[in-house]
Amino acid sequence: MILGRLTSARNAALLAVLALGLASVPLWAPRFWIYIATQALIFAVFAMSLDLLLGYAGLPSLGHAAFYGVGAYACALLALRQVDGLFPLLLVGGVAAAIVAMPIGALSLRTSGVYFLMLTLAFAQMLWGLAVNWVSLTRGTDGLIGIPRPTLVGLDALEISLYERGAFFVLCLVVAVLTFAVLQVLARSPFGKTLEGIRENETRMRALGVPTFRYRFAAFVVAAGIAGVAGSLAAMSNGYATPDLLYWTASGFGLVAVVVGGTRSLIGPVLGAFVVLVAQLGLSTYVDRWELILGALFIGFVLFVPGGLVGLVRRT
Amino acid sequence: MEVSASGLTVRFGALAALNQVDLEVAAGERRAVIGPNGAGKTTLLNAIAGELRPTEGSIRLGGRDATRLPAWRRARLGLGRTFQRSTLFSRLTVAENVALAVRARDRKGWRFWPVRDRPLEDEVARRLAAGGIAHLANRQAARLGHGERRILEVELALAASPSALLLDEPMAGLSGDERRTTLERLGALPDDVTVVIVEHDLDAVFALAKRITVLDHGVKIADGTPTEVRANARVQEVYLGAI
Amino acid sequence: MDVLNLAHGSFYMVGAYIAYSVVVATNSFWLAFVVAPLLLALLGAALEVVFFRRLYRHGHLAQVLLTFGFTLVFVDLVRAQFGPTTRSIPPPPGLGGAVELFGATFSSYSLFVLGVAIAVGALLLLGWRFSRVGAVLRAGVEDKEMAGLLGVDVPRVFTFTFAFGAGLAGLAGVVAAPEFAIYPGMDASVLILALVVVVLGGLGSIEGAILGALIVGLGYVIGTTLFPQFAIGLIFAVMAAVLVLRPSGLLGRRP
Repeated sequence: MILGRLTSARNAALLAVLALGLASVPLWAPRFWIYIATQALIFAVFAMSLDLLLGYAGLPSLGHAAFYGVGAYACALLALRQVDGLFPLLLVGGVAAAIVAMPIGALSLRTSGVYFLMLTLAFAQMLWGLAVNWVSLTRGTDGLIGIPRPTLVGLDALEISLYERGAFFVLCLVVAVLTFAVLQVLARSPFGKTLEGIRENETRMRALGVPTFRYRFAAFVVAAGIAGVAGSLAAMSNGYATPDLLYWTASGFGLVAVVVGGTRSLIGPVLGAFVVLVAQLGLSTYVDRWELILGALFIGFVLFVPGGLVGLVRRT
Repeated sequence: MEVSASGLTVRFGALAALNQVDLEVAAGERRAVIGPNGAGKTTLLNAIAGELRPTEGSIRLGGRDATRLPAWRRARLGLGRTFQRSTLFSRLTVAENVALAVRARDRKGWRFWPVRDRPLEDEVARRLAAGGIAHLANRQAARLGHGERRILEVELALAASPSALLLDEPMAGLSGDERRTTLERLGALPDDVTVVIVEHDLDAVFALAKRITVLDHGVKIADGTPTEVRANARVQEVYLGAI
Repeated sequence: MDVLNLAHGSFYMVGAYIAYSVVVATNSFWLAFVVAPLLLALLGAALEVVFFRRLYRHGHLAQVLLTFGFTLVFVDLVRAQFGPTTRSIPPPPGLGGAVELFGATFSSYSLFVLGVAIAVGALLLLGWRFSRVGAVLRAGVEDKEMAGLLGVDVPRVFTFTFAFGAGLAGLAGVVAAPEFAIYPGMDASVLILALVVVVLGGLGSIEGAILGALIVGLGYVIGTTLFPQFAIGLIFAVMAAVLVLRPSGLLGRRP
């Protein structure tokens, strides 16, 4: 069920070509499109983590953006304290998000379906409220600004600065590809298969002796961690962290990306992320009513193309 | 593994689905639980398996008090079960279904690297063959016929290598051949596996079970050998002479 | 109805904007009071028949996704028509002043809102428990197949209920318009609160919703007085606590 297509050599080659093609973007694309592509890649990492939750673990969460936001703030706070190494900044987002996810997951995962949806939403809104109100830490709605780009040891020697659009784009590309690879591996592993079983029929898994709560908890925390890493990238990219990163509509757009792209395929969320981002940033410069178009598109997909773009490809 | 329930009561609001039911099944014993519809047989199995929390009473598995244990822990103690309505992984293939069960039994779920597990594949193939469904290995479970689903349901329970098995109407809706295969499969179970089977198919009941427990309206009305149960006036009354 | 509709806030918002348009055109608040709920009910019925019907069997996630899409569409439509600036309308003549009751001063409009709320609450409560429509709806939600077999026109009942709900949301929008600001994002602010109320009170229970609303309303006011910064956080914390202890909400049916 999990994109068996990708295991074949032909498709691996296709992916490699795609990745290399993407890597070359900084060389030929106009600056604004590099920016859009960068944002899309960051959003793609977020969308992939949401797909782990939704598509693989079967947990629909309306509060996933909260972990993204927590990651962004963690990275921002660290960066503003003069830490500028790339790895610490990336990792702190992931770790902070994972830590925050633990109590939330422990409480929310005791419910399911609608109540899970509501609980995750509630916790996310609480975190948003914290971001807005804990002014001494987060500067409230002004947010944390002036976040510098990180440095990495080898880059200085090669005279590459991450302030350069192209270089930062490649960084995001690398993170996205790594995330994709890690999640692919996870999906095919015994852990991933067990998760799939829990999603398909939790009662049966329980009757087979599987502690389903623990698996879902693990998936929840891992997904949050990945979202946190995306958050770090966002903070580095934008140079600021603001509360609206955590607002539930951000989670909503994540769901849009995953559904339009196609759940349970990993490449789907990536495609969906590009669609959403292009609509948000690209379309909006030409068309005023881009939200309307995206909303209508989304409705169309939910009703008529439930398998998303990936589903369309599979059918033809 | 012994399976026993003591004073088991399950109430849904004002309705007592089970009322002070005592059940003692020795290790390796083959026990059938019969009774008219609504007698509480499935409720009994659900309570023993941990899917349902009883209002009163206790459950013991293998001498341990299991009343507070969640369903998965009871399964880990060696309890396997089938469900009245086939509870399968519909969107997965038959082979994947059995693989999940074997993997769960071997507790391989916490491995994060995909490796080809040949012993697992071999075991899955063996089990499918024994169940007579090897030809369906790559078919999606949702696409199986009713009887085939029931057989897969039994295979999933068996794949966990249980030391006590709860079967909920495994024969329901099976064709003649399918019944035969399933009866053989169940009959061939090792002697130390306890079996509690809820069934309406009385031929299967007499073929498999050494003792029978009869429930009616949530109350145990008889408990003994087939002969004793057949002779029991109250049982006859409840079944209107069907036995 | 066991439907999760994120666009319900949008109905509220549209109701407020209809009130604005009507008041601007005719200067009559009471006309808006009647027109907006009717229009929203029609809109709700249309949406239910065209879109929601398909999704009942697909579960809550599909509904969440679909209705989220609707919120995007509605917000943009409203923005296109009225622009992004905040609008407002005055309270109707006669309700603009203040009244002295029990030694304290209350704004007449607040009392009016209270009156409407009590009336609607009583209507819903009585209707739900004692009317035929209420019984039919409860049956339809409990067991759709069975109700259908018993001769209940389940689709029509659902359409009616959805339309009724939309109409009520529109009414809420009209009533809220003179008191609160009218702007394209108002659907989100009310929706979150409404969801908290419903989940806290328990799905499928009118009494629960009323109880939830009381708790949230009082809690919010107490919270803003005691710790103004975290009032909304307090509400969410209460909801989370309730859900953890009673997963179906305070008065909800066990799912």
